[in-house]
Amino acid sequence: MNDLAPGTATSLPAETSIALTVNRVRRQMSVAPWTTLLDALREHLGLTGTKKGCDHGQCGACTVLVDGRRINSCLTLAVMRDGSEVTTIEGLAEGDALHALQEAFIEHDAFQCGYCTPGQICSAAGLIREGRAKTSDEIRELMSGNICRCGAYPNIVAAIQQSMAAEGVV
Amino acid sequence: MNPFTYSRADDVATAVRDIASAGGAKFIAGGTNLLDLMKGNVERPARLIDINRLALREIRRGPDGGLEIGALVTNTDVAYNEEVERSHPLLSRAILAGASAQLRNMATTGGNIMQRTRCPYFYDSATPCNKREPGSGCSAIEGFNRYHAILGHSESCIATHPSDMCVALAALEAIVSVTGPGGERSIPIAEFHRLPGDSPHIDTALGAGELITAVILPAEGFPEHFAYLKIRDRTSYAFALVSVAAALRMEGGKIAEARIALGGVAQKPWRDPGAEAVLRGSEPTRDNFANAAQAILRDARGFEHNAFKIELARRTVVRALSEAAQESAR
Repeated sequence: MNDLAPGTATSLPAETSIALTVNRVRRQMSVAPWTTLLDALREHLGLTGTKKGCDHGQCGACTVLVDGRRINSCLTLAVMRDGSEVTTIEGLAEGDALHALQEAFIEHDAFQCGYCTPGQICSAAGLIREGRAKTSDEIRELMSGNICRCGAYPNIVAAIQQSMAAEGVV
Repeated sequence: MNPFTYSRADDVATAVRDIASAGGAKFIAGGTNLLDLMKGNVERPARLIDINRLALREIRRGPDGGLEIGALVTNTDVAYNEEVERSHPLLSRAILAGASAQLRNMATTGGNIMQRTRCPYFYDSATPCNKREPGSGCSAIEGFNRYHAILGHSESCIATHPSDMCVALAALEAIVSVTGPGGERSIPIAEFHRLPGDSPHIDTALGAGELITAVILPAEGFPEHFAYLKIRDRTSYAFALVSVAAALRMEGGKIAEARIALGGVAQKPWRDPGAEAVLRGSEPTRDNFANAAQAILRDARGFEHNAFKIELARRTVVRALSEAAQESAR
């Protein structure tokens, strides 16, 4: 975690070593301060499942779970997340067994081009964990940070509702 | 993004000392606005001081019944906090009307107050903008100004403040606690954000090297009669064309106290104590609400693409007050 002594603020060099636990595996890497978490995942760790859509926090394609909470990985720096646990779309399945949300997205045909899908599924995983959405209206409101330019929204909502029912949320 | 150095501060004193000693440094908390601005070269800090490890993540009930919200409490954690929902539900409603779940999970209380306008010309470094580059001119006055100000604007700038949270803070008369080279001080929210005048590049009353540490909510939170109504081009995840935070304290069927704050209409949450006084002692009728709305908007002036917001704002004020006057659903 934090190896800086309390009460001090130490400038880090241009490249700094950080550790992230990504999909349950501890990964050490050297990143520049301006490397976003998104770029660290894609370019440093080769985890290209997380997509770069707008790169401005407007589309949700880069959504991952950090310490259990969904965030836009394009709007946070990797150095700020040193010591965190990150779950990406690659970390949701258990071996060959897909996550319930992944199964539901396939079953409901909840995508067309698929580019927003990893962000949609990670966001939905965060949504279900938060437990604030029960109705389809609440799902739509709390999934509004994930844009689908193919317009698969009705099927995305249906897939999320199925997963919530399967987990006994509703 | 420009290259920059990065450091972490572990306590408030260190953070304030570090930013004073480093030229061109900025604090970073949630980063949702600052990093976005850095990607567009609108902000080019030489150094970022990460304040996420400061002990400013608590929400505490004060002895007088008010609430102290640490500057690093996320928007999500404020909105769903049971104490906030119980005594100051207007703040929860306003926060949940803004951004997306992902952004609210990152964005902090202090950062929300410090966020900058979403005027597209401010973001586009190829165009003149007095807020981004003083003296270069305002592209919005003659440009695409659908989302711009109708109150408090100047010949230099017609941008709006984008926050929903701050509109509720204005209605609730929050106090912003800051610490800086000169020690600690308190800034009423009404004085925190500045109107543009001839210096639109200065958004706030925060001094050089000062850090927001907390937001204090006075005990009166209007939990019985409140409404936050946000009108926008799509029904979720969009900035306000107009938003209204309305709060009433009723006594014997009459209005004992009214608070009305508007978002999306000026460079700061807009309040008009004179218009609120119009309602004091009166009955909660549509005519009385319309009079108050008329008073708030009396000096409003629109531009080519946003003049519709004047009537929209009047109607939104009336509807928000009408909703607040109903026994708010708990």
